[in-house]
Formats: sequence, structure tokens, C-alpha cells
Amino acid sequence: MAISESDVKKVAHLARIGLSDDELKLFSSQLESIIAFVDKLREVEVSSVKPMSHVLEMDNVVRLDEKKKSLNREEVLKNAPESLKGHFLVPKVIE
Amino acid sequence: MNYEVVIGLEVHAQLKTNTKAFCGCSTQFGQEANTQACPVCLGFPGSLPVLNEKALEYGIRVGLALHCQIQKLTKFDRKNYFYPDLPKNYQISQYDLPLALGGFLEIELKELRKRIGIHRAHLEEDAGKLIHEGDHSLVDYNRAGIPLLEIVTEPDISSPDEAYEYLVSLKAILKYLEVCDCDMEKGSLRCDANISLRPQGAKELGTKTELKNLNSFKAVRDALSYEIKRQKELLESGKRIVQETLLWDESGEKTYSMRTKEEAMDYRYFPEPDLPAFVIRDEKIQAIKDVLPELPEALKKRFIAQYGLSDYDAGIIVAEKALAKFFEATLRLYPKAKLISNWLIGPLSYELNSRNMSIESLSFSVESFVSLLTLVDEARISNLAAKEVLTQMCNTGASPEVIVKEKNLLQVSDAGELEGIADKVIAGNEKSTADYKSGKANALMFLVGQVMKLSEGKANPKVAQEVLKKKLEKWGKDA
Repeated sequence: MAISESDVKKVAHLARIGLSDDELKLFSSQLESIIAFVDKLREVEVSSVKPMSHVLEMDNVVRLDEKKKSLNREEVLKNAPESLKGHFLVPKVIE
Repeated sequence: MNYEVVIGLEVHAQLKTNTKAFCGCSTQFGQEANTQACPVCLGFPGSLPVLNEKALEYGIRVGLALHCQIQKLTKFDRKNYFYPDLPKNYQISQYDLPLALGGFLEIELKELRKRIGIHRAHLEEDAGKLIHEGDHSLVDYNRAGIPLLEIVTEPDISSPDEAYEYLVSLKAILKYLEVCDCDMEKGSLRCDANISLRPQGAKELGTKTELKNLNSFKAVRDALSYEIKRQKELLESGKRIVQETLLWDESGEKTYSMRTKEEAMDYRYFPEPDLPAFVIRDEKIQAIKDVLPELPEALKKRFIAQYGLSDYDAGIIVAEKALAKFFEATLRLYPKAKLISNWLIGPLSYELNSRNMSIESLSFSVESFVSLLTLVDEARISNLAAKEVLTQMCNTGASPEVIVKEKNLLQVSDAGELEGIADKVIAGNEKSTADYKSGKANALMFLVGQVMKLSEGKANPKVAQEVLKKKLEKWGKDA
């Protein structure tokens, strides 16, 4: 399956990664070989296999609706690049 | 040309659990920013979400109440997009195997019943809250991870009024099921609308627009009405409708474009590997079905059949679960359905509305309310006085007996006590008295009014009328 530079550009944009023209070239050829490798799976006969959504033989894992302690605010904001008035501060983004 | 309006609604109902969908953080509203967050809802590496069983149960409850098929196998998926309200850069949602499919909700509009199809209902987590300030945005993740049920209709709605009715009915059901506060101001119920027009009779759907920022049921109705007009004008002048998301500007009463880049959203859904699938067994569904409360629809029918309420009265009473409860509780102590319903729909609703209060926050008991009705019924206070007593009860929570005593509102029904007043009235209104004698029946009502006035409203009008009549007959003979 051919991966064009515009495919890579689109995926990079969706992931908010900026790529140079050289990187676009490099990654499109690399991604193409990755996809080709994974495409090998298509050769497997699966008509008798049920689709699955999870590799573990496990279902209905739930928890009770019981409160647990949250992190305190200082801890929460430790990962914030910047904070203000107890909030994460980010560049203004209007969807 | 005549156009047919096609509307579909998407409602996000916040499920009333104590903790978030996938972690034990509290869901309490109005707490300080970022005090209800943990490694799971903040998406720290290595943290693992585990579904809140109550969220699943509430979702099934709604699905059943909306006559949906609860799916035997359901799973969660990641909806990927970058926006600061999502700390994980994906939202845990459901894509191809939602919790519930294919139901309906019946609405009634101008005495016509109509089924609005429910396409699907699925569970997902809420995002954080953004506050835009100056050139930056503040993010509060207290809301991130709170369980939501997204309920999507079929494009079966054909007018803004139908959309409004659908929302009112859906809200009532969610309240009856006790799964959602439905407080739009707090965002616990949110609605987006899709709308398109097509020439009457056409098979293909027209291009739709999506309306957002609808903060009340009224806003939904107004925005849809505006959008119908806007689309109609475009179509009639031969222009095309652009498929886009529009925001409703409530104060300007118009929609405006969000001006997003034209590129279609690509959420790249894939199964959430951290959450194994859910197999919902018939026994579980049956167990939830068994304890479903009586829903407004059924309750209304029962109120009409069992208590002889009119369709209109029953409709108003069941529209709010707390009111229906209050009605039945009163009825158990005082078996006069029509009288109770009149008081609930009339004076009590008036008192509540003027205080912007719900019946749940009443400061008096059902027993007190029954005492009030008894006082009126036994003609110990007049209807007018009773309304004043009710106002006082709402203000202070005092018992009606105490208020009646304090305000000296007991009605005078003793003929003997009213005779003196009647004598005075007759003596002071010769003209009316003569009119009555000459056959003008209306004059009697005037005299009764004078008795009421002299007694400061405390005379029982029926008794006053009898006393006057007797006196006037005698007066004629004496003369």
C-alpha cells in the first residue's frame, strides 16, 4: 500500500507533529514498509475466526461507585506547563 | 416551494453517579478547580480506567425506558483529537458497539401523538472545562471523566415545537429514572441539533447544519426556528447550504458559523485497549427492568383512569416527578383528587414559580398541606384566605392552623354572628335593598359583597347570602 507524502502530512497534523519536507519523504517511505509488513496479516485465513475487541479473555470488569481520594491540586498542576488560579494555563484555543 | 423540516437531536445527559466513569474521583459540582482529578482522569502513563458499574446500570436503565435493544456485547473506543479539554488527547467513548440501539420516545403535541425514533445511546466520558481569558485559556479537569450518556434520535423530528416536546419528555424520563439532574445551567443536560430542509415529498435529505451552544430548551426551539428561516431563504434564492457547525447566539437571536477549517474531523476511533468488553446478560437486563420506576407516560394514564383527572391536569402533574409524588402523598391522606390537583396546578405552582423553587424544597409537609385543604373544605377559611395562608406556609413553614389563628382568618359561618353585620348593611343600603325587593336579583350579590367588606373578608359568603335573604324577606313584610 502506497503511503503518499500528503497522507503523512495529514496524520502528522492530526497528531500535532510538525515535519520538515525531508522528514515527510523519509517517513512516507518508512511508513510504507511498516504497512507492507503488517499487511502480511491479510494472508491469514480468518473467515472462521470471530472478531475480538480485546486480547484478554476477560469481560465485565467494573468498580463500585465509591469515592477515592483525588490528587491534591499542587500535584495535579505539577504537570502543567503553566498555571493560573488553580487552572492549567494554555494558549487560547477556540475550537 | 414548501419545504419539509428534518431535525435530529443529540442529547448528552450527565449520569448522576458519585464518582467519575473510570476512576474514583468525586463528581460533585462547584468544587475548586482541579481538586477532583487523579492519574486516571488526567491520563497519566500507566494508569488504568475501570468502568463505574453505576454508570453502566444507569445507561441500561435509560436504554430500557426508551425501548432500545440493550446490546449483548458492548465496548469502549478511543475518539482521538487534540484539544486542551482532553488531557489524554482522546475521549473514551463508544463507536461501533454502543450500549443501546433502536428505541423510541412518544411525544404529544396538540393532542397528536408521535414516535420519535432513538437511533442509539452510548456511554462516554465528559471533557474538562475551558475558560477563555484574554489570550489564554484556563483548564479545569474536575469535569473530565464524568460519565455521560449520549442519546441520539433518528431524523424524525419535523418542527422546533416537536424538538421542544421531545426534550421535555426526555427530561421527565431521565428525572423519573433518577439518573440525571437535567440541570442545563450546570451542564448536566446538553443538546445539539442537526437540521436540514428538503422539498416536500423529496426522498433525499438536504444538506444539514449542526447547531451548538443551545443552553436551554427554549434556545433549541428558537435556534431551530431561526435556522429553518435561514436555510429556506438560501434555498429559495438558489443558493447552497454549507454543511457546517453553527453556534446559537442567544442575545442576538441568530446562528453564526464556528469557522472551523473545512477538513472533516478524523477521530480515528479504535477499541480502547484498557477496557475489556462488556457482555450484558439477559438476567442483568431483567433485574434492571424489574426495578424501573413507573414512567410519566404510564403514570399519566393511571392518574386519568384511577383518579379521574383530566388529560391536561394529569399531564402537568406527571411532568415533574416530585410533583406527582406530592400529589399521590396528599391523596393518600385526603382522597379528593380533583381538589388536590387544582391546588397543585394553581396556587401552589404559582407560589413555587414566583420563588423559582422546586417542590422538593418546600418548607412544609404533605400533612400541613392536607390541613390547609381541610380548612377550606370545612369552610373554616375562605378560598381567598387559604391562598394567603399558603403564601405564609411557603414563607415560614408554619402550620396553617397557626397562621389562621395569628392572622385571624377563620371564616364566620355562624348565622347568628353575621346577623348584626347584615342588619347594618341593609340599613345602610336602602337603594339596593329596594332594588332587590323590586326583583333585581343582582342587588343581593352587592349586599353580600358589603357583608364581606364589613367582616373584613371573613364572612362565609354562602351563609351571608342566606342571612341576607331571610332578613330582606322579613324587612319587606315589616315595611
